[in-house]
Amino acid sequence: MSDHTTNTMNLTLHVWRQKGPNATGKLETYEAKHISPDMSFLEMVDEVNETLIKKGADPIAFDHDCREGICGMCSQVVNGVPHGGQDRTTVCQLHMRSFKDGDNIFIEPWRARAFPVIKDLVVDRSALDTIIQAGGYTSCHTGGIPDGNALLIPKPEADYAMDAAECIGCGACVAGCPNGSAMLFTSAKVAQLAALPQGRAEAAVRVNAMTEALKDCGFGNCTNHYECQASCPKGVDVKFIAKLNREYLKALAN
Amino acid sequence: MILDGKCPTGPIETTWDKHRFDLKLVNPANKRKYKIIMVGTGLAGGAAAASLGELGYNVEAFCYQDSPRRAHSIAAQGGINAAKNYPNDGDSIYRLFYDTIKGGDFRAREADVWRLAQVSNNIIDQCVAQGVPFARDYAGYLDNRSFGGAQVSRTFFARGQTGQQLLLGAYSALSRQIKAGTVKMFNRTEMLDLIVIDGVAKGITVRDMVTGEIRAHMGDAVCLATGGYVNVFYLSTNAMGCSVTANWKAHKKGAYFANPCYTQIHPTCIPQTGDHQSKLTLMSESLRNDGRCWVPKKKEDCGKHPSEVAEDDRDYYLERKYPSFGNLAPRDIASRAAKEQCDDGRGVGPGGRGVYLDFAGSINRLGEHTIKERYGNLFEMYEKITDENGYKRPMRMYPAPHYAMGGLWVDYNLMSNVPGLFVLGEANFSVHGANRLGASALMQGLADGYFVIPYTIGGYLAGIKPGDYSLDHAEVKKSIEDVKATNNKMFALKGKKTVSEIYRALGKVMWENVGMARSDESLKNALKEIPKLREEFWTNVNISGEGGEMNQQLENAGRVADFLEFAELLSKDALTREESCGGHFRVEHQMPDGEAMRNDADFCHVAAWEFKGVGNEPELHKEPLKFDNVHLAVRSYK
Ligand SMILES: Cc1cc2nc3c(=O)[nH]c(=O)nc-3n(C[C@H](O)[C@H](O)[C@H](O)COP(=O)(O)OP(=O)(O)OC[C@H]3O[C@@H](n4cnc5c(N)ncnc54)[C@H](O)[C@@H]3O)c2cc1C
Ligand code: SF4
Ligand code: FES
Repeated sequence: MSDHTTNTMNLTLHVWRQKGPNATGKLETYEAKHISPDMSFLEMVDEVNETLIKKGADPIAFDHDCREGICGMCSQVVNGVPHGGQDRTTVCQLHMRSFKDGDNIFIEPWRARAFPVIKDLVVDRSALDTIIQAGGYTSCHTGGIPDGNALLIPKPEADYAMDAAECIGCGACVAGCPNGSAMLFTSAKVAQLAALPQGRAEAAVRVNAMTEALKDCGFGNCTNHYECQASCPKGVDVKFIAKLNREYLKALAN
Repeated sequence: MILDGKCPTGPIETTWDKHRFDLKLVNPANKRKYKIIMVGTGLAGGAAAASLGELGYNVEAFCYQDSPRRAHSIAAQGGINAAKNYPNDGDSIYRLFYDTIKGGDFRAREADVWRLAQVSNNIIDQCVAQGVPFARDYAGYLDNRSFGGAQVSRTFFARGQTGQQLLLGAYSALSRQIKAGTVKMFNRTEMLDLIVIDGVAKGITVRDMVTGEIRAHMGDAVCLATGGYVNVFYLSTNAMGCSVTANWKAHKKGAYFANPCYTQIHPTCIPQTGDHQSKLTLMSESLRNDGRCWVPKKKEDCGKHPSEVAEDDRDYYLERKYPSFGNLAPRDIASRAAKEQCDDGRGVGPGGRGVYLDFAGSINRLGEHTIKERYGNLFEMYEKITDENGYKRPMRMYPAPHYAMGGLWVDYNLMSNVPGLFVLGEANFSVHGANRLGASALMQGLADGYFVIPYTIGGYLAGIKPGDYSLDHAEVKKSIEDVKATNNKMFALKGKKTVSEIYRALGKVMWENVGMARSDESLKNALKEIPKLREEFWTNVNISGEGGEMNQQLENAGRVADFLEFAELLSKDALTREESCGGHFRVEHQMPDGEAMRNDADFCHVAAWEFKGVGNEPELHKEPLKFDNVHLAVRSYK
């Protein structure tokens, strides 16, 4: 990379280590040496893990898969902020050029009542699946479907649905919320389907079932802090929460 | 042995309808008595599990991620094809069929490809019904674009996240079935062996990735929808967890592996920056609709800022070499052309491994706003990774391993040669021949899952007695013991190398010798190096921690161990196939102008390999390919 600095940096990491769900965890300190600014944050953790393995120590467990910001698997709180706080960026897309030599970096798991820690930075987010299972779908059968152009969807509505559908289900909104609420996540699916003719038929049942599941899974209430939107790597907007509330009231009125 | 794909005969337009009618049906009341094991819940497996559950079968589904919503299908950007002909530009089922056969360089079965083209239209309808927010125009109609190698606009898309939206559609259908109790989902569970009893697939052995428990799951049929294997190159556009493990374990239990040498190198990926790199990021080839590929004509210009290279000093090499397709030439051709320019010393960026993809002309013509609307998320991704602004300065691109056309051999019913073992999606070899066209993998995954397997698996199940298996069978116990023994063996090594070090070395051997241009010499070299790396792994690898807990090193080690065996088969297949076709380019077999030269007389067949023990010569079985509907011709994109 012609115009890029090739200077490497040395960093001090403070990483949450926890052997298992019932063990007590604590922050451990590690040195990350000769880190290139072109590395991604997870590649930096890979490097630290390589040195740990060479010493016969247990490497840091963390979730990741696509490493391109779309699967929603990666989940680290960096310096107190889910995904590290760079605008519209998952932690796997965060690059080391946003840090400088000598920095201290704190790395912790998502923390929320509904997301128990499995090991180190890995948490159990199956509650998000439970919310979708409660009603985050249209009840269409495989096959026997009318033509895709049978119901017209004007571009603004299709775009609105797509904006909501950007959600990658990472759970950063929950981790960022002081109440541990999954309202942004839930509202994104409710809003997407409510905006489309294919989803309208079940809108009332859906919003009731999904908000019910939200409570049952141990997520907190939404008290309009909007930390969720600030934490969201996909820019999912809190306007969808307002939409969920409207759908909820409509369902009550029915 | 000559293999039979069991394709229906008669006029091609009628084959699938006739076959569906001929298939035996399972009585609706009996369906719940049959248990189906579905390994993988990406587009193929997710769609299949949801559809089979809805039909009333009892499904157990597995994935290694923490949720089925995260399968690597999620990363597909560009779009999905269908023969709807909405733009009225001359598309038809026949044309989609024809393009796929030709694009695959005449190395796929006609009947399978016809079926794919036929059901493509149902897929779009299905996804719309699920609430997939495809792009639409202001009047509300579905929007289309043309995509890599197609001269009609048949690609449907949802911004730059088509795979994500299609997968979330399948995931929602799956979630509905999980809620209904027809599908039981096992997340964070990795298949590590196939259980075959009396020659029939009856179950799998898995490891619970949270507790470390190793156990078996039995069923009346096993489906693998476990994705592709190009992570054998270490660096690829696939997710970190993508592996050949499920396919390889099935291969070791008797399933034939077909055409492993057909791998696709995608032309437009962000170039590597250093040795620390853990994966490569693809930039959708839809970018080639509006971007022009060029390199400097003169070597001395390569170090300059691109804006300082005069227009006359730029070589728009794809437009020059392929005037009629230009920047939209198929992937294999575009990738090789990029490599040629770089090998010629005219590459740009670090190590000279890059070509420019320039949007200046389109931005002038259409405005930055339009380009942003079409590809905004891609430009954003590019900037995050490279710290460069693609609107202001041409992007740098380099080819990277991307897709596996090869996979387990299946017949027309998607059943492997092992009865009861079905293979879906990228994991099978069926429709793309030697090269896959853009936007056709999503189509295949969903075709297999929604519209093929629900019928064909019924035909198999109708002929067997449900519940004819037992966890107490000696084969089940043996499989569990074998998996445990392999893991224990890895822990006991306590060597000096990390898994990643050996994996990286394997990737280097594969990329350099079995990558975009393969020769007799390079392939023989790979076949010499791979066993050495395998030996090193099994004597000198170090894995810390224990098996009875979450252990990501152990997971990774298991996958790398399988790649170390599989890499040899891939190289052997490439050495045996003495021709160039699609993604398989043998330097000895090229036309005077450097184009791929097929050898139809000797290689118009599927090569399906039978496992004969690690390090032993595998046995080759051939399935001859017949072309009754498309004339077997030299593929030309000039
Ligand atoms: C970056 C990128 C962009 C792409 N863009 C396009 C595009 O624009 N258009 C297009 O048509 N195609 C595209 N493709 C190709 C296409 O996305 C894939 O071929 C397709 O999605 C594969 O789907 P699948 O269901 O077969 O496999 P996957 O989606 O890979 O699913 C595999 C499943 O198997 C599971 N699994 C794997 N191994 C095991 C195991 N041992 N045990 C348990 N579970 C296991 C995984 O958990 C997962 O659920 C793209 C691919 C990539 C990588
Ligand atoms: S709303 Fe945003 S933060 Fe929450 S799960 Fe979706 S993508 Fe993640
Ligand atoms: S690893 Fe997939 S979003 Fe970060």
